[in-house]
Amino acid sequence: MTRLTKSCSALAMLAMAAAPVAAQVTEIGPGEGQVNIIAWAGYIERGETDAAFDWVTAFEAATGCMVNVKQANTSDEMVALMNEGGFDLVTASGDASLRLIAGNRVQPINTDLIASWSTVDDRLKDAPWHTVDGVHYGTPYMWGPNVLMYNTDVFPEAPTSWNVVFEEMTLPDGQSNLGRVQAYDGPIHVADAAQYLMFHRPELGITSPYELNDDQYAAALDLLRVQRRLVSRYWHDAFIQMDDFKNEGVVASGSWPFQVNLLMGEGLPVASTIPQEGATGWADTTMMHVDSAHPNCAYMWMEHSLASNLQSDLSVWFGANPAVPAACTDGRGMQTAEGCTANGLDDFDKIRFWTTPVSACPGGDCVPYYRWVSDYIGVIGGR
Amino acid sequence: MTAAGRISDILWRNPRLLLVLLITPPALWLGIIYLGALFALLAQSFFSIDEFSGLIRYEWTLKTYGDLLRPANFDIIRRTVVMAALVTVASAIIAFPIAYFAARYARGRWKAVFYLGIMLPLWSSYLVKVYSWKLILAKEGILSWAFETLHLTWLLEGYLAIPLVGGNSLSVSPTGTFIVFVYVWLPFMILPIQAALERVPASMVEAAGDLGATPAQTFRTVLLPLALPGVIAGSIFTFSLTLGDYIIPQIIGTSARFIGLAVYQYQGTAGNIPLAAAFAIVPIVIMGLYLWWAKRQGAFDAL
Repeated sequence: MTRLTKSCSALAMLAMAAAPVAAQVTEIGPGEGQVNIIAWAGYIERGETDAAFDWVTAFEAATGCMVNVKQANTSDEMVALMNEGGFDLVTASGDASLRLIAGNRVQPINTDLIASWSTVDDRLKDAPWHTVDGVHYGTPYMWGPNVLMYNTDVFPEAPTSWNVVFEEMTLPDGQSNLGRVQAYDGPIHVADAAQYLMFHRPELGITSPYELNDDQYAAALDLLRVQRRLVSRYWHDAFIQMDDFKNEGVVASGSWPFQVNLLMGEGLPVASTIPQEGATGWADTTMMHVDSAHPNCAYMWMEHSLASNLQSDLSVWFGANPAVPAACTDGRGMQTAEGCTANGLDDFDKIRFWTTPVSACPGGDCVPYYRWVSDYIGVIGGR
Repeated sequence: MTAAGRISDILWRNPRLLLVLLITPPALWLGIIYLGALFALLAQSFFSIDEFSGLIRYEWTLKTYGDLLRPANFDIIRRTVVMAALVTVASAIIAFPIAYFAARYARGRWKAVFYLGIMLPLWSSYLVKVYSWKLILAKEGILSWAFETLHLTWLLEGYLAIPLVGGNSLSVSPTGTFIVFVYVWLPFMILPIQAALERVPASMVEAAGDLGATPAQTFRTVLLPLALPGVIAGSIFTFSLTLGDYIIPQIIGTSARFIGLAVYQYQGTAGNIPLAAAFAIVPIVIMGLYLWWAKRQGAFDAL
């Protein structure tokens, strides 16, 4: 019955969607006492995982806005949660942000109300994954590469190519990589395959791993079918992947700096690298739900996310790069200029950021995201 | 006469009114909460999804059911049904002797120990059990260690090399998924079989023996037919629970999707509620067919 009511209200919302975009907030009032945020694992820490990493309690003390975090594992999950409603903010990656904007799930942001907007990295201020027709739909949060994590006992030197996870081969320890590598359990992984082909099969003419015509897409799927034979189990939960590196004999996989840092912290022989083909990456944006019930707290959090120790400490914690470059050097947190360089602050142009593939791409007809979803399920199922 | 007394009189004179009053709340509960939710779900499956924004288009269409027949999705259905059938058969084979022992030989304290032994796994968290199985079956887990200690690694590796059932380790193979399913659902098979066996008079088994039947004949012609309702009741549990489970294949196995996992991912992850609803209809249809077949076999006659 509730489903039915929901469907009806969704119908009503659809009707309203035809009306002009909701007006943005013009002033910030007193906080509403809480703010509900959908975030990636490890993105919003309150000192509970590691006491040194806390960028929530000071915010709660200063504003009275209690921060409730809903952890999401994939971009699709974030979009689904936002479609469901009940949240104020989401740390959306580029493969979710445009979908949220197209679906009228997020509202435009009044940058005049965010004092620290001017400190945001100029490369991110008008980034196409959160700015549509000059309207900003969020504040940049954090960005970084999808690294290749590897076991240093098996690889005395960092692998130079992603081929260790894409093609059957003998690893430096003399054994095959069959069953010892992993891949991401999300359709966006098709882009990693496409980027690999971009480097190794230039005759395909791939210009962007997110804009694939039918032939290029078919080639990427073929590569993923080869990978299916190598991969015993795909990873989507950061902590299950860490367990697989510990107990399942996995020695190489695409991963996030988050897992690399945690495993290194536990003393496991792992390290990470960006191979010659380059890497896909994420650039996340704090976006605000169109029906946010706590808009004042949401704006306060957006300002906090840019102005506080968050940018600096999170970039250390996650191994990512702050959206505010000053956070690398001004000592507001633990990050240093060297640390930012190590995380790839200068590699911005080498990273191809997650974007939702759409059929109307600059080069003509591209394979849209929904086919990526169903085909990737097929590939994992052995098709 | 007090008001309560008057009401009592009215109810006594109108037993039908009493019946209506008693039955309305549970009927409403069942009708609204259960059937209503089921109907809402069924209705969702006739909608479709806007493939870019992920929002649902509320127009009646059969397109979503067409999607079910795409090879990748059909694979999911076939994989799940085969797994559920195998798990059911294996559970029945394992459960029958255990239930037989419990029904025929266990007495007094041993009966209590038996019940405790069957029920104990049900008391601990389902997730804890599945995660411990992940560690038990892991490549560097206790089972591999046991095989190594017994110098039987070749046996394990030989088995894991078999296509379709094998994999890099038990924890990432379909066999691992199978083992954990059987472990988790076994109690639901043992208890109904035991209840059915307890109702089979011992004298019938003895009479079969007196008339010259071999033990195998007694089992085939007397014990099994009489205990069949219990086996079928148990199989309804194990079969439907396996059809709908979405936790085990997520943690143990090859990442290949099962129906429950597909529902979970299409609904929770991809936001494709229509396809998730269409997938959810599949076990309902399969169970409907199964129950119809079971009824025709006379499984419910003894109930």
